[in-house]
This record gives sequence, structure tokens and C-alpha cells, in this order.
Amino acid sequence: MAMLSFERKYRVRGGTLLGGDLFDFWVGPFYVGFFGVTTAFFAALGTALIVYGASLGPTWNIWQISIAPPDLSYGLGIAPLAQGGLWQIITVCALGAFVSWALREVEICRKLGMGYHVPFAFSFAILAYFTLVVVRPVLLGAWGHGFPYGILSHLDWVSNTGYQYLHFHYNPAHMLAITFFFATTLALSLHGSLILSATNPRKGEPVKTAEHENTLFRDIIGYSIGALGIHRLGLFLALSAVFWSAVCIVISGPFWTHGWPQWWSWWLNLPVWG
Amino acid sequence: MRTTANRLKVVAALALAALVTSGCERPPIDEVQGGYRGTAMVQMYNPRVVAAQAANNTVPVAQAAAAEGGPLAGTVYQNVQVLGGLSIGEFSRTMLAITEWVAPKEQGCAYCHEGANFADDAKYTKVVARKMLQMTQKINADWKPHVQATGVTCYTCHRGKPVPEYVWFKDVDNTAAGGLGNRAGQNQSTAAINGSSLPSDPFSPFLLGSEPIRFTGDSALPAGNRKSIKQAEWTFALMTHMSQGLGVNCTYCHNSRAFNDWSQSPPQRTTAYYGIRMARALNNEFMVPLTDVFPAHRKGPGGDVAKLNCATCHQGAYKPLYGASMLKDYVTALAAPVPPPVVAPPVEAPPAEGEAAPAATPAETSSTGDAPAGVKQPG
Repeated sequence: MAMLSFERKYRVRGGTLLGGDLFDFWVGPFYVGFFGVTTAFFAALGTALIVYGASLGPTWNIWQISIAPPDLSYGLGIAPLAQGGLWQIITVCALGAFVSWALREVEICRKLGMGYHVPFAFSFAILAYFTLVVVRPVLLGAWGHGFPYGILSHLDWVSNTGYQYLHFHYNPAHMLAITFFFATTLALSLHGSLILSATNPRKGEPVKTAEHENTLFRDIIGYSIGALGIHRLGLFLALSAVFWSAVCIVISGPFWTHGWPQWWSWWLNLPVWG
Repeated sequence: MRTTANRLKVVAALALAALVTSGCERPPIDEVQGGYRGTAMVQMYNPRVVAAQAANNTVPVAQAAAAEGGPLAGTVYQNVQVLGGLSIGEFSRTMLAITEWVAPKEQGCAYCHEGANFADDAKYTKVVARKMLQMTQKINADWKPHVQATGVTCYTCHRGKPVPEYVWFKDVDNTAAGGLGNRAGQNQSTAAINGSSLPSDPFSPFLLGSEPIRFTGDSALPAGNRKSIKQAEWTFALMTHMSQGLGVNCTYCHNSRAFNDWSQSPPQRTTAYYGIRMARALNNEFMVPLTDVFPAHRKGPGGDVAKLNCATCHQGAYKPLYGASMLKDYVTALAAPVPPPVVAPPVEAPPAEGEAAPAATPAETSSTGDAPAGVKQPG
């Protein structure tokens, strides 16, 4: 297969974490590596099990297929396949695939001699998933507290889990997470529109430079964080959103069983109010 | 100086962290699954909190059973309007039980009765107690869709206190802090609504009035759908109170993917539906008519009578007293209106009564008027 002109530069040997030279090759444009193999294995097995679970269920409607976790009565034990055991194995496969992918990213970073920003960022997503299906269920004592694997059913789970605490908008970590999510989309829209504007000038004008970009924001808000800084800020906002999301769900149940509005009584009872 | 400032910062940070986490709980947590696996229809209970509440939900020992037979109370005592058809033994044990359930220890019978003449209606507490007996009988006879066979007794609400711990009064001042206009009933953060900023008196419209509670629109917004977020907040406040009062969360009665859909709701929602209507009926039929009987210090800031809501009986438990039936030991007196004695008792002298307790007179009138159908009031 033909390579792009710069591609040869990036096809560097070494940098593997496991397997040495054994899996250090490319299939077409894709690097394989030991963790590429494990990713493919877990992803294929997990997907096959989801299809098998769907075949046991009442529908082939893609929106309604759902692989549910076991009843709470199974606690932290193993459930029969059709009663949540599939969910347990699929969870192992999902974590296997996600972690493998992150480690494959690490190997690629090592090959390219770059920092670990990409696997670091992806590991926050894995952390959030791990918190939902492992940490919180273990703290509550039953795998049944994990969310079901289905397009609509997982949303129903989110809704009911929120209403277990009467009004989830009062969850302080949820407040932080929402704020970071909105802030990250705002930052991305500001940055994206700026770059699109600078690189798509009107006909006959040259493409604008960083000096123009900085000037625009210095004019508007009196400060420009700069070309490198905006990416650091974006990473911080996005990862904070994911981090506080994980916090907001892990404290709901294990560390608070009542309505979230009630949690704020410490604030209402501060001696500073008249 | 630098070190002191840093130390202060550390102390302040620790104090803030302690404050923020002071209200938090810890595993292990008990859970009760209420729906299909994976739907998150689960009740969460902190076993340490439940243990602390358990004492409030223990049932007092029942009075010893009365001997069979004997004359009827209404033929022996004067002015027994509600329980006159009971045997003298059953009547006495019922009175003893009520004293234990409601009256302050140091006052006993004298909390309701004039020492010299037990037939006298001079004390407002006696007039109220009579009305409340009728209410209890009405609940047990006519509100079975809510109370089932478990039923209620005075103790369900009173728990040994003369005034039940959880009652409500109308919210009278609707001015925002600093006099900044109308706060639309919100931002009072009372315990009854879980300390939220939702309307703090959802009881007046729903448990006294009969404003529609269900607000889910059945058509798209531009097509004349007048359902609003403001309506939703009032309903949300009432529902928050119900959760708070019963120590359960929203998923006890609803699958939140479709709050309005009965076919997706747990059966508990049906019981709660009747509970809302029961609370509304009892407030209007029994509490409001007592408004003039109560002295001012028992009334709310707006001069309204104390009224009941879900928490009045439930007191934080999914079933009052965890579903233990006290009624089974007092079926004769409290399960339904007691038929009056066949032989008419000696006629009381109402004028003397009226003179003794002018405040009680209107209530007496309304009490007679509201008596459950089929009960003839002696005297």
C-alpha cells in the first residue's frame, strides 16, 4: 500500500510496552501492537455478546435493545448469563477494550516521541465509565447498580438515578460538572470560530495570523490566552467536566442517600444569615 | 507573617472541607429494588439513619382487652356523642389509650376533661378530640384504598404528643427578601420540601384546594398547550414533600422516563393517588371546620387551623409505623362510626354547655353537621 509522503517518518520501530517486536507492524495505515490485538479481541467479543444478548431479548429495534445488569439480590457475585451475567462479561470486555486502546495510544506516543496528552485525556473517559460500572456498584454492594447497555435504556437509568435524589441539580459536583461542560463548549465555539475566521478571509485577502487572533480577543475581553494556552485551557475544562461527572455520580448513593436539596442545609444553617 | 497567612489559609480550607463533608454519609448503604433490573428504580437507605428513626416507629403496647358485655357507655355517661355505642369496658380502654397516645403525661384525662364533670365540653381539646375520633372512624371506614386494612389510630399522627409533629399552615407572606416584589411562593427552603427553592406551600393549592396536579402536556407547545414550568414547580414541590414525608425517592411511585404514564408506574402510585385525595378531604371536612374551636396560639400566622399532609401520618416512613396495624386492637371503637345505643341516653342540657364554652358552640354545630352518614347524634 502506498504511503503518504510524510508517513514514512512516523513508521518508527520500538516504543512498545509489551510484546517487543512481535506485534510491532502496520496493517495498511493502522499500527497493530500487542494492545491493538487485545483491543480487537475485547471489542469483537463484547460486541458479539451484545448481539447474543439482543437475540435473547424481546426486540431487534436498535433503540430498544438493552443488556441489563443483574438484580441487586446477586450483590457482588456472578449472575447467570441471561440474568445479568452477560452484562458482567460485556463490562469486562468494555474495560479491556478501553484500557487496551489507551495503552496503544501510549505506544504510539512513545514512537512519535510526544507527550502522553491523548492517552491521559482518554483515561478520564475510562475513569468515568469505570466509576459508573465498577466503583459505585462496589461501594453500594451490588453490580445491579451499573447502567444497562442500551441506547434508550441507559438514558432511563440516568433519569431514575437522578430522581433517586429528588433534584439532581442540587448535587454540588453535578453543578461543577455542568459548568465545566458548558464552559468547554463555549471555549471551543469561541476558539473554533476564531480559527475559521482567521483562515477563511474574504476573497482577495491573505490568511490572518496569530497576531490578528490575539488582537481580536484583546479587543473583546481585554485578554488573549494565546495559541498554545487555548489548548491547555480546553484540555483542563474538558477533563474537569468528566472528572466532576464521575464525582457527582459516585457520591450519589454511597455518600448521600437523601434528596440533594437537603445536603445544602449546612449552607442554610450557616450562622451568618439574619 | 508569610507562615501565619499560609497557616490561616490551611485552617480555612480544612474548615470549609469539614463543613462541606459534614452532612455526607458513608457506605454501607441499604437498597431496595423496585423495578426491573437496570432501571434504577431503587430506594436508598442509610441503615444508621433508619436505626435512629426506628424508635419513632415502634407501636405502644395495646390496652388489655375489655370484658365481654356490660352496659353501653352512652347509657351510663352523659354527652357521649361518638362512642356512646361502645360497652363500658371498651369505652374505658379506648379513653385510656387515647390518653396515652395524645395527652401530655402530667395532665392525663384533664387535658381534655374538666376535672369535676367529664361530660362538660368546656375545654376546646375535648371538642377537637371528638372531631378527630370521627375523622379516624371516617378514614378507617371510607379511605381503605389508602389505609387498607392497616388503618389508623390517634397514635398514627400524634405519637404521644398533643399536637402532631408534622402539620402545616398557609404561607402568608409572599414578599421576596428585601421587599423585592412577589417571590411566587418560592425560595423559603423549608424542611417539608427538602430544603429546595421550590414553592414552600404546595399544600394550599393541592391538599386544601383541588388544583390539577398533573401538568404534563399532551400536545406540542405551539398548539395551545398552556402547561408551564411554573406549574411544574408547584407539582414538583408537592411531590418532593411526599418523598420527604415517606422517606422514599421519586422512583417509589414513578418511572421517571414517563412520570405521567400510569402503565409504567409502580402500584404504590395508586395508593398515593388516594392519599392525596384523602388528605384534601380530611383538611376540608375535619380540620377547617375546627378553625374557630382552636385558641389563637394553636393557629398559624394567618389565623388558619393546623392542617395535615403526608408527613403528618407517615413521619418519614414508607408506611406509618412501618405498616404495623394498631387498629386491630381497637376495631370496635375506631374502625367505623359506632352505632349509637338503641336506648336513647338521658338528654343533655345544651344551653348550659353553650354558656360554659361559647367558643365551642360553632364547632359543636358543624361537628353534628359533618357526622358520618347514618350516625344519629345523641343529645
